[in-house]
Amino acid sequence: MSLSIDDVTRIAHLARISITAEEAHATLAQLNDIFGMIERLARVDTEGIEPMSHPLGGAQRLREDRVTEADAREENMKNAPAREDGLFLVPRVIE
Amino acid sequence: MYEKSVAELARALDAGTVSAVELASEYLARIERFKGMNAFLDVRPEVTLAQARRADAMRAAGRATALTGVPVAHKDIFVTRDFASTAASRMLDGYMSPFDAAVVENMAAAGMVTLGKVNCDEFAMGSSNENSAYGRVANPWDGNAVPGGSSGGSAAAVAARLAPVATATDTGGSIREPAAFSGITGIKPTYGRASRWGMIAFASSLDQAGVMTQSAEDAALVFNAMLGFDPRDSTSVERAPEDYTRDLATPVAGLTIGVPREFFGKGLQPDVEAAVRAALAEYEKQGARLVDISLPNAELGIPVYYVIAPAECSSNLSRFDGVRYGHRAAHYDDLADMIKRSRAEGFGAEPKRRILIGTYVLSHGYYDAYYLKAQRVRRIIADEFQRAFRECDIIAGPVTTSVAFGFGEKAADPVSMYLSDLYTIPGSLAGLPGMSIPCGFGARNLPVGLQLTANYFEEAKLLGAAHRYQLATDWHRRMPAGIA
Repeated sequence: MSLSIDDVTRIAHLARISITAEEAHATLAQLNDIFGMIERLARVDTEGIEPMSHPLGGAQRLREDRVTEADAREENMKNAPAREDGLFLVPRVIE
Repeated sequence: MYEKSVAELARALDAGTVSAVELASEYLARIERFKGMNAFLDVRPEVTLAQARRADAMRAAGRATALTGVPVAHKDIFVTRDFASTAASRMLDGYMSPFDAAVVENMAAAGMVTLGKVNCDEFAMGSSNENSAYGRVANPWDGNAVPGGSSGGSAAAVAARLAPVATATDTGGSIREPAAFSGITGIKPTYGRASRWGMIAFASSLDQAGVMTQSAEDAALVFNAMLGFDPRDSTSVERAPEDYTRDLATPVAGLTIGVPREFFGKGLQPDVEAAVRAALAEYEKQGARLVDISLPNAELGIPVYYVIAPAECSSNLSRFDGVRYGHRAAHYDDLADMIKRSRAEGFGAEPKRRILIGTYVLSHGYYDAYYLKAQRVRRIIADEFQRAFRECDIIAGPVTTSVAFGFGEKAADPVSMYLSDLYTIPGSLAGLPGMSIPCGFGARNLPVGLQLTANYFEEAKLLGAAHRYQLATDWHRRMPAGIA
C-alpha cells in the first residue's frame, strides 16, 4: 500500500491541521516509510485472538454520578486565548 | 551534598546536618550553573524555597516523612500549579495548570521539594529529546550526544546531579532508554500503578509514570511516596499500598533470570552486548540461574506500537483546538480555519506526524486492518511474556542496540529513530514493570544500560534484583566529568 498526496491532504483535513503542498510532499514520503514498516502486521496470523485494548483488561471502573469538583470557573478559564463574561470566544459561526 | 543519593539525603535531613532550604539552594545554584545543558524548562527559586521552608517546618513539627525535604524535578508532562506546564510544546507555551498532577501532589504531600520542570520530547514523543520545542538537551557524558528521550531532561538532570530524583513517563521506552543513554537508574512500574491524573496524555493505554534516580534503592524509596490508587484515573489499579523497599535485602541466589535470545540478534552493537553479558555474569556469580528464553514476536512491537500509540495520540491531542487553552493562531478566516491553523502552528513535526498516522489508522475502512490488528498482535506479545515468566522470575537484556547516538544522526529519518525503542516497546505494550540500570561503558566511553523486566506488580522483586547488582558494582556511582 502506498499513500498519495490526496490521502495526506484528506487525513490532514480529518485531523484539522492545515498543511501546505510542500509539507504534504515531505510528509508523504515519511508516512509511506512508516506504513511500509507497519504493513508487516498484515502477515501475522491473529485468527481467534482477542484485541488487547488495555494491559490489565477488565472493565473500566465507574463512579457515582455526583458533584465532586468545586466551582473553579475563573481558574479553569484563565488559560483561554479569548474570553468574555465567563464564556470562551470563537469566531462568529452564525451570521 | 549534590552528589548524594536520595537515601543519603534523607538520612542527612533526618539527622539535621542539612536543612531542606540549604539543600534546595545548593541544587538551584547548580541548575543555574549548568543551564547550558537545557535540562530545565521552568525554574522559580521563590516557589522552590517556599516549599523547602514548609518541608523544614513539617520536620520541626514532627510530621516529617522519609522524604521530607528531598528535592525532585518534574518532567514537563506532569501539570503543576506553580510552574508552567508545556509538554515541551509551543501549543502549551506558558500554560499554568489550575491543579497539580496526582504524582506531583503525592510527592508534595510527602514533603518533597520541587526544583522545577524538566525538558522532554514534545508531548513525550521521541527517543532523543530533539523533538522539544524548547531546544535539545545535552547528554552530560558527551555534549554532542543525545540524552535519550522522551524523558531526556529528567535523565540529564539526574546524571549531572542537578536533582537527586526526577519524575519521568514511559509510553514505549521513554524512561529506560534515556536512563541507559545517560548512565542512571530508571524504572517504570506496572501500567496502572501510578495515577495518570494530570499527566498530559499521549497514548492512554501505554502511558505510565516512573522515576529516574541514581540507584534502585532510591527508586524504591520514591515509589513508596509516589504510587498508589487514585479514583480520579479510571485505569488506576486498586491495590493495598506496598513497601517497595521490602526486597532490597533479598539475595538473588536462587533467582531465575530469563535471557531473551531475540534481544541479542543482528543490530545489537558489540560494546553494548559485552557490557550486558558481563552484568549477566555478575548475577550468575551471585547465585542467580540464567535461562535462555524466547520472545519470538517481540520484534513486531515496533509496528504494533506505531499503530496504537499514534491512534491514541490523535484522539488525545484533538483537545487542542485553540479555544479553551493552548495556542491560537493570530490570523484565520473562520472557526474551522482557526482550529486548523492553531494546530498547524502549535504542534511540532513529530506530534503532527503521529496525529496523521493515528487519524488514518482510525479512519473509516482502515480501523480493522490497522488498529484492531495491532491490538491483536499486542496480545500475542503480552502472552509471550506470560509464557516466559513461567520459566523465569526476571527477564534481562539490553535496553538499546547502541550507546547514545549523536545529535541529528536519526532526526531526519523517523523509522530509524523509532527503532531506538526495539527492546523497550514490547514490555510497554504488555504493561510490565521495567527498568534500566547502568552496567558499564561502551563506544566513546558512553554508558550502557541493563534492562530488567518483571511480571505485573513485581516492582519490589525487580528493585531488589537491581539493588543486589548495585551493591556489587559501582557503575551507578560513576559521574560524568565536568559536573563537579
